[in-house]
Amino acid sequence: MLERVRRPIQSLGHRVIESVWRTGTVTRFFGLLLASSGTSFQRFRLVMREVYFTGVLSLVIIIVSGLFVGMVLGLQGYETLQKYGSTEAIGVLVALSLVRELGPVVTGLLFASRAGSAITAEIGLMKVTEQLSAMDMMAVSPMSRVIAPRFWAGVISMPLLAALFSCMGVFGGYIVAVVLIGVDNGVFWSQMQASVDFRYDVLNGVVKSFVFGIAVAVIATFEGYDAPPTAEGVSRATTRTVVSSALTILALDLILTSLMFRGGT
Amino acid sequence: MPEEALVDVRSVNFSYDGFRRRAVLKGISLTVPRGKVVAIMGASGSGKTTLLRLIGGQLRATQGEVRVADRSLSRMDSAELYRMRRRMGMLFQFGALFTDMNVYENVAFPMREHTQLPERMIRDLVLLKLEAVGMRGAQRLMPAELSGGMARRVALARAVALDPLLVLYDEPFAGLDPIAMAVIGQLMRKLNDALGATSIVVSHDVVECLEIVDYVYLVADGVIVGEGTPEDMRRSDLPYVRQFVQGELEGPVPFHYPARDYAEDVRLVPGGGRA
Repeated sequence: MLERVRRPIQSLGHRVIESVWRTGTVTRFFGLLLASSGTSFQRFRLVMREVYFTGVLSLVIIIVSGLFVGMVLGLQGYETLQKYGSTEAIGVLVALSLVRELGPVVTGLLFASRAGSAITAEIGLMKVTEQLSAMDMMAVSPMSRVIAPRFWAGVISMPLLAALFSCMGVFGGYIVAVVLIGVDNGVFWSQMQASVDFRYDVLNGVVKSFVFGIAVAVIATFEGYDAPPTAEGVSRATTRTVVSSALTILALDLILTSLMFRGGT
Repeated sequence: MPEEALVDVRSVNFSYDGFRRRAVLKGISLTVPRGKVVAIMGASGSGKTTLLRLIGGQLRATQGEVRVADRSLSRMDSAELYRMRRRMGMLFQFGALFTDMNVYENVAFPMREHTQLPERMIRDLVLLKLEAVGMRGAQRLMPAELSGGMARRVALARAVALDPLLVLYDEPFAGLDPIAMAVIGQLMRKLNDALGATSIVVSHDVVECLEIVDYVYLVADGVIVGEGTPEDMRRSDLPYVRQFVQGELEGPVPFHYPARDYAEDVRLVPGGGRA
């Protein structure tokens, strides 16, 4: 009887200790990462090279997804607005949905799947093949030379990709609403221009994408650096990057939305 | 070994979890004289790679002291350790070449990171190092295009790129064919003598190692069980040394991993039936 009670408590305690320990490790890693970032700014070409791999190579998936999401928004929005006789607000609906929510969130999820997993796998494999140890033995800090440039590349790429996603989404909504359904072109754009506030909507969206970029980049680099140096270890770390990033983005989105949009205009 | 020691390991204990009962190294002491090639040999899991990592400063001794060039590694902070490592080179088991750089870039990497030399001079030095290991013609190849032996030679050129004081070799012969083994062995010896360096080779390849080294330490279960010149090792009557050098099946190293009695394990009862 006592054993039955003891085991679940023991297991719970073990998990709590482990998660506290892991949180501490991530925080320490993040601090070390920031402290090692000097080289990334002194030799900015290291960051730009990684921006190509994380940002430029993610362009296709972001452009195509943004276009499709915008088109679906146009179709669904028109269907709903038609019931209330306000189809001219379709431009506003598409733009606000994208700029405030879907742009940063969907881009964050896509970025975690495409670039985050690649960063984790690359760093993990560098660890497996002792490339990080070799660098360390050459008196070159892997944190400065490998981890920090990838982190900053993620932070820089994410807001740019989110902006591109939103632009493509608006374009997708325009194709469906104006070109295919026949909503007035002038009404579509003028309503959007009148209702979307740069500071309140656009900048808040940019802040969100920036925060998501930091979150995904920290998770991806940490998981790669912390991965056990085995094939299974790297595979698990890659999966953890995608899952943890997705959950973190959604949780952060809730927090940021509740702080940014409190029923204002 | 009476000569001046470059590396001095004094009564070092080490365990990965910090507990003495799971010690990997138990009170090891050894010295490596300047200019010599010294082998640390032993079976897999004997603690020799751990010892090499302690000498390279990648691990810190739980107890005892590791001194390189009269400086204690245990007391160094990371900046001092990095300064010391600029005078060391290390050849990893499978080369550990950077897979996103070609052969030339790999050898140029430490020079670009630690010197302000102009690119033309770096080019001359890289070609000099690659020529020394016979890989100048492969300078544009990527690591994925190299065989195991070729990758090891390029990694050797990179390890000696900054003319180090001390070169560490972690299983340099692992997975190589006999020709590549002989080539790597001869290069290690020649480069050590030409650069006036000191080398520590961790290996279990008896034949190759005894051909090129000046002195051997034999490690088993975290302690040194034998030492001497290659000739001493070949003639030794110590049971472990003889078993290891001659590759004998019978000896102090048991065939079986420690386990319960076999009959007990398969649940055989004294009458011959099963429980």
